[in-house]
Amino acid sequence: MLQILFDALSLGSLYALGALGIALIFGVMRLVNFAHGDVIAFCVFALLWPSTDAMAIVFAGQLPWYLLVPFVLLCGAGLSVLCEIIVFRRFRQANPATMMIASFALGFVIRYFLLMLFSSRPKSISLLPALSQPVEIFGARLPLLQLITIVTTMVILIGLTLFMRQTRFGLEMRAAAENFSMARMLGVRANRVIMGAFALSGALAGAIALIFGSQTGTLDIQMGASIMLMAFIATVIGGLGSLGGAVLAGFLLGAASVIMQVMLPIDARPFRDAFVYGAVILVLLFRPQGLIAARGTKERV
Amino acid sequence: MGAAASLANSTAASAAAAERKPARFALARRTILTPVLLSLLLLAIALITVMTGSRPFNQTVIDVFVRVILVVGLYIFIGNSGVLSFGHIGFTCLGAYAAAWLTINPMMKRGSLPGLPEWLLATRLPYWQSAVLAALFAALAALIFGRVLMRLSGIAASIATFAMLAMINTVYSNWESVTGATSSVVGIPIVRTIWPYLIGAVVAVFIAWAHAISRSGLALRAARDEPTAAAASGVDIPRERLVAFVVSGAIMGLGGALMAHSIGVVTPDTFYLGLTFITLSMLVVGGMGSLSGGVVGVVLLSALIQGLRWLEAGVSLGESTFALPKGFRK
Repeated sequence: MLQILFDALSLGSLYALGALGIALIFGVMRLVNFAHGDVIAFCVFALLWPSTDAMAIVFAGQLPWYLLVPFVLLCGAGLSVLCEIIVFRRFRQANPATMMIASFALGFVIRYFLLMLFSSRPKSISLLPALSQPVEIFGARLPLLQLITIVTTMVILIGLTLFMRQTRFGLEMRAAAENFSMARMLGVRANRVIMGAFALSGALAGAIALIFGSQTGTLDIQMGASIMLMAFIATVIGGLGSLGGAVLAGFLLGAASVIMQVMLPIDARPFRDAFVYGAVILVLLFRPQGLIAARGTKERV
Repeated sequence: MGAAASLANSTAASAAAAERKPARFALARRTILTPVLLSLLLLAIALITVMTGSRPFNQTVIDVFVRVILVVGLYIFIGNSGVLSFGHIGFTCLGAYAAAWLTINPMMKRGSLPGLPEWLLATRLPYWQSAVLAALFAALAALIFGRVLMRLSGIAASIATFAMLAMINTVYSNWESVTGATSSVVGIPIVRTIWPYLIGAVVAVFIAWAHAISRSGLALRAARDEPTAAAASGVDIPRERLVAFVVSGAIMGLGGALMAHSIGVVTPDTFYLGLTFITLSMLVVGGMGSLSGGVVGVVLLSALIQGLRWLEAGVSLGESTFALPKGFRK
């Protein structure tokens, strides 16, 4: 029972972090960033030395953890800000569909760049091996990593909440998310806020990359895509633009996946994801604006 | 906005004078040039291809025609309703597998897909019959999904169609006995002549045109531009969207069936995010709201992709050969 709870929480953490990364950018720019998954993949591959061999040549992955973590977070933030400066800045005035297509294209560019450097073969790597030992809590054996995942996510979420509520930058970002043009008129600098949002979202991608990479132990160019899809859905179920909603929906999706894995009859288990997506459609039917609707996204007549 | 106003006007006019038939034919006569010109463009491409007589080029042009069908299918729903759908490639998947079920040699089917019902195991149809049935099958699926999904609008509708695509993909990549799971289904008869694909593309273009000038299509476009005003004028938005969804689902199914016959192999992952993004970008590059935009977008982007492939292989100019470094495709 406890095992299920922890499984759900740790899967939910991944989805919640991903959803938060997408929601942050959507809040300030109304951009649904499909390149997010590829930023995650880029962060993982930043640990390796470029080579097309099957054996992974670990480069930055050998750093001690107190250097490794900031390195990956910085990688994500750097790439994300770079994307903003090079690509998305030119699309500020474009309509959402065009921006979405631009972000697909950017995702393709990042993925094929990785493909060129690393080839499409999955690579195995043991990242932070000390974390995979099991620990015993209340009679359940859990991998230490799962605990750390959950704790880290909690710390990140609390830190982000404090940042958003207490600092001036957080205030500006929330103002921009609510009504961007009004915030600009009141002296919020648009570029700074948008770049801040991209940097935060990239750092979150880095965090996911670290957690996911050490959980699975294999690196694959496609690995960002599945998380991105779920995170994207979580963002919408939670209410686009609402950060709290994105996190809540991320945890709910994680819980739904794990619970269905346990509850469904054996024959239906391969179709678990189909049931999860079906549940998504149901939720949308009853709450099309999301679980926690953000203010300012309502359509006006 | 001018187009929106004139559309709203013409909707109002046709509603007010529903008895006056000639007005409708006048609209048809005024707009028929678009599908005719597009068909001529496609015919010209086909004729040039046949005249060059090169086999790889033939295959490329078949791919282009299949994509024209898919993008026109997307346009019927996305262009007219303004709702971005990520799920239409799901119908392509349904169509392709339906074509596979109907046309593979029964002996092979018994071995590779034993879970099919007996009557389906025994049937073997010519490809054009299977393509029509595949389109109807996809339309039926679109009707069922659409009844639920069309109540949503905006980004929620887009996500719901995404969820639908993922559902179809999950089912088809796991239902071992009926779809062969993630392994490829082989043995679909390959059609190498260009004409069936050309006919498919032209039929798709004409269906899209007929839908766009029909009462339902006009009402839907009015609802796209001014949802509140359209609803107030008595347009039942979910119903008009459902009509477009079913029509476009049928076209996507037709495209899927022809795609299956053009490559002879189907896997669930052929019909997933990659194809979705490529077809969507073709539609957006050409111009989301127009039929010609969709077709021209396909031709342009396909030409670009083909051009890059040629550059990759190397083009000899005089003494030297120019080639792009490997790994830059897409």
